[in-house]
Amino acid sequence: MRTFSMGGIHPPENKISAGKAIEQMPLPAQVTILLNQHLGAPALPLVQRGDRVKTGQLIAKAAGYVSANIHSSVTGKVLKLDEVYDPGGYRRQAVIIEVEPDEWVEDLVLSSTLKRECTLSPEDIIQKIQDGGVVGMGGASFPTHVKLSPPPGSKPEVLIVNAVECEPYLSSDHQLMLEKGMEIIVGTKIMMMALKVQRAVIAIENNKPDAIGLLERLAIPYSQIEVMPLAVHYPQGGEKQLIDAVLGRHVPSGALPVVTGAVVLNVGSVFATYEAVQKNKPVIDRVVCVTGKSVKKPGNYLCRIGISIQELIDFAGGMPDSVAKVISGGPMMGKALINTQVPVSKGTSGILLMDSKEALRKKVYNCIRCGNCIEACPMGLEPYLLMNLSELSDWENMEKECIMDCIECGCCSYVCPSNRPLLDHLRVGKFKVGAIIRGRKNQ
Amino acid sequence: MENKLYVSMSPHIHSGDSISRKMWDVIIALIPALLVSLYFFGLGSLLVTSVSIASCVLFEYLIGRFLLKQESSIRDGSAILTGLLLAFNLPSNLPLWIVAIGALVAIGMAKMSFGGLGNNIFNPALVGRVFLLISFPQQMTSWPLPKALNLNYLDAATGATPLSFMKSGRLDRLPDTLDMFIGNTGGSIGEVATVALILGGLFLLIRKVISWHIPVSILLTVYIFTGILRIASPELYADPLSHMLTGGLMLGAVFMATDYVTSPMVKKGQVIYGVGIGIITVCIRVFGSYPEGVSFAILMMNGVTPLINAYCKPKRFGEVK
Amino acid sequence: MNIVLIAVIVLGGTGVILASVIFLTARKFKVFEDPKIDEVQQALPAANCGGCGYPGCRNFAEACVKSENLDGLFCPVGGNEVMKSVASILGREAVQAEPMLAVLRCNGTCAHRPKTNQYEGVSSCMAASLLYGGDTACTYGCLGMGDCVAVCQFDALSMDKETGLPVVDEAKCTACGACVRACPKNLFELRKKGPKSRRIFVSCMNKDKGALARKGCAVACIGCGKCEQVCAFDAITIKDNLAYIDYNACRLCRKCVEVCPTNSIWELNFPPRKKAAEQDVPAGTETGKNTASV
Repeated sequence: MRTFSMGGIHPPENKISAGKAIEQMPLPAQVTILLNQHLGAPALPLVQRGDRVKTGQLIAKAAGYVSANIHSSVTGKVLKLDEVYDPGGYRRQAVIIEVEPDEWVEDLVLSSTLKRECTLSPEDIIQKIQDGGVVGMGGASFPTHVKLSPPPGSKPEVLIVNAVECEPYLSSDHQLMLEKGMEIIVGTKIMMMALKVQRAVIAIENNKPDAIGLLERLAIPYSQIEVMPLAVHYPQGGEKQLIDAVLGRHVPSGALPVVTGAVVLNVGSVFATYEAVQKNKPVIDRVVCVTGKSVKKPGNYLCRIGISIQELIDFAGGMPDSVAKVISGGPMMGKALINTQVPVSKGTSGILLMDSKEALRKKVYNCIRCGNCIEACPMGLEPYLLMNLSELSDWENMEKECIMDCIECGCCSYVCPSNRPLLDHLRVGKFKVGAIIRGRKNQ
Repeated sequence: MENKLYVSMSPHIHSGDSISRKMWDVIIALIPALLVSLYFFGLGSLLVTSVSIASCVLFEYLIGRFLLKQESSIRDGSAILTGLLLAFNLPSNLPLWIVAIGALVAIGMAKMSFGGLGNNIFNPALVGRVFLLISFPQQMTSWPLPKALNLNYLDAATGATPLSFMKSGRLDRLPDTLDMFIGNTGGSIGEVATVALILGGLFLLIRKVISWHIPVSILLTVYIFTGILRIASPELYADPLSHMLTGGLMLGAVFMATDYVTSPMVKKGQVIYGVGIGIITVCIRVFGSYPEGVSFAILMMNGVTPLINAYCKPKRFGEVK
Repeated sequence: MNIVLIAVIVLGGTGVILASVIFLTARKFKVFEDPKIDEVQQALPAANCGGCGYPGCRNFAEACVKSENLDGLFCPVGGNEVMKSVASILGREAVQAEPMLAVLRCNGTCAHRPKTNQYEGVSSCMAASLLYGGDTACTYGCLGMGDCVAVCQFDALSMDKETGLPVVDEAKCTACGACVRACPKNLFELRKKGPKSRRIFVSCMNKDKGALARKGCAVACIGCGKCEQVCAFDAITIKDNLAYIDYNACRLCRKCVEVCPTNSIWELNFPPRKKAAEQDVPAGTETGKNTASV
């Protein structure tokens, strides 16, 4: 079984919500659609207070190339454009809409019949993806059309569909593959056309044998699409690790992954691409799994973008009293929320409720130099050293020790027997060194 | 919000690994060797081991509580381990007050004065042992002969160890290989039972407390080095297998040299460290004036460890050459 | 006798040879340095704090010797006196500057700013600010983990356990600016020390709209503009719902302090007002305490 070559860990999988059929959430009374659901510049709003919008209507336009369109996920009246708290507690621009029964935009195809054939040119496909506001649905939310347009000089050879879902607990991609397998295969084919590549690999960890079996069967007519099972190994979903696992090639430090000839796209984005290209449906909903050991009704819920996380939790049986942390995303890289009034955005793959016993950090001891963090680091760094340097504010040496290669996967903090907050310090160092490098470039 | 949520950076889960888990694993791995020594050295072994552990824990508690004024660190098990390892390096007929001095040096001088576990440069148990060896050379080099269920302590019959035979060139008087393997020879409490030490080492390997790099590189180096010497002059030098089975080599390679704090962190560095220990050990054993050199070899390489850490970097992912 | 002689010859010989090697290399590799650099360095406070913009006092001394007129070179720690002596060593004109002090522009004490969540990461403001806005509803305020205290080389900052905010010791602060650079929320400002250390400033950096700012913190500047209207010297400007007092224009009349509805404007080291007995200073305001401390 293939996997990436260096470091990595195997945390308990805890896929509590796996195998639960996708359940459609009822429409909420109000949605809050953030204007910066993607990496890059926030979108520019096109609607005003009091406007009536239809489901699927463009309400904010991409501000620049690395940005994405935002569509209304519901029909209704724009209550206001206001700043709301984002998951980090900062205030961000958002459109707040009062929900009425759905009234869809005209060209959107509502039927769920599969549409296999696509005769569009690569440019048209990318345009449609851009219009539909498709971004990376795994969490980083990088606009997909940018990924599909590699910089001049690079030549993509293979498309890797990231269906690894290596984070513990999360199951939304898994369930999506089980229920929308054919759509994903067609979406993969469309993306291959857009990228002009002759080979695609759908990479799935072998803790999802049902999804592997299903997609292998469905991919039989498509000789160019290969389904590749991978050993369960975190952080296999990291772009560099996945390319290593699938192709055995290492992305050089500081270079774009495309130099290895591979373009990695999340399976959720592939499905969103299918909907945007074949059904003219922009990203207005997504599957979010609500999970955790004390959740009453863990499951995978199809919900509109902009619904509050509190409503999702209520739908999954309400907030248990024992919960100490609410995490948007998985336990290794997800973001802890300061409250549950935050809206769901395109990158919200799961909501994880953790009890205090599981989530709270333990007492920190001295580093005993056991080297576990070096063993676990998938990038071949020395986290213990980087943490010391960060504490000493020695940014110069941190740069020499390749801090900018850190992918913030959290393996180091996970394995440390002294409970040292390695990644916290590494992030500080990465931020500082990044600022220094940017300053140098600007000079 | 009635219930304030906790917020922190990711990751939000932890492997559950802890210092005390690692320490207790090592202690468990040492138990077979302890049992063998109780069998062969009897009462003396029991007394020295318990006094060593008790005084290490006591000194750690007193120093932490009254000198450093910090939260007590005895629960992590490292003081118990230091005490156990120190006792393993002492002869079983050592007067108890000397054992207590060794514990004070190990804990007070080698560990706590640097800031406690994690900050020491040298292996505490070995510092204690070498201090005693230099300060009390006579008591430290008279080893009792093995005798099943021995109830004599200070008055135990002493005799030469295999290493002293090697040193004096009386190779014909080396004990039987099987005796050396199961521990039926003279020596320090914990070093004689090679088979029990190997068992403990395997346990640590399975529990992923240690990796194979340090022990294997030490043993291999010693084997090759002594092998070359043996081929060069079979009548002067002992065979490699005897070298492997005698003295503190197995104890040192598996339990002392692999001490996290004082050994290199990167695998490549660990191999360099192991080879260094192997070469110095054989040099001292064969050419030096002491019969045994493992302790000195490990301490010397401990001193080099920061340098090895600084120069041996792991292979970076996607390194641009 | 022979042995002694040999020892003397060997040791003495080695000594002579090595001494000549050292002498020759020292001559060969000698780097010329302006002796004035040493002189200037002697005059500097040797704090190596970086407040002048150079990594250490030596680098600053080099820069002083190289520069034509000492423009833009100022040692905040030594102040005018040190700069005068530097200027006299170099035979140039000293640049005079007003003495400055660091002030904290946040009064979000535990009493004023209710917590909305609990932070449990590394105790570093920098790390917390990378993660999120902070553990209160004010995302502009002090995080209270003391990055500023850690960088202050002059022991001029300390955390007040009760308020959770750092306190500037005016007698020790040298205005080196380390805290200004360390604070991820940009809460420190170097302000003119003022006559008799009397200063007036807005102790808030909250740029939220009034109602929101007020919700997060009881003493937030709500950008109401009352101070701007009452100021006779045009020293106060409101930008992004936040008032700022220009210390060069301010004449310390204290009218703004009186009109501020949220008590977010601080006055330091003023004698108590005549009507102080009637005027209720709201509980928890730090004004009284700071006046008393100097």
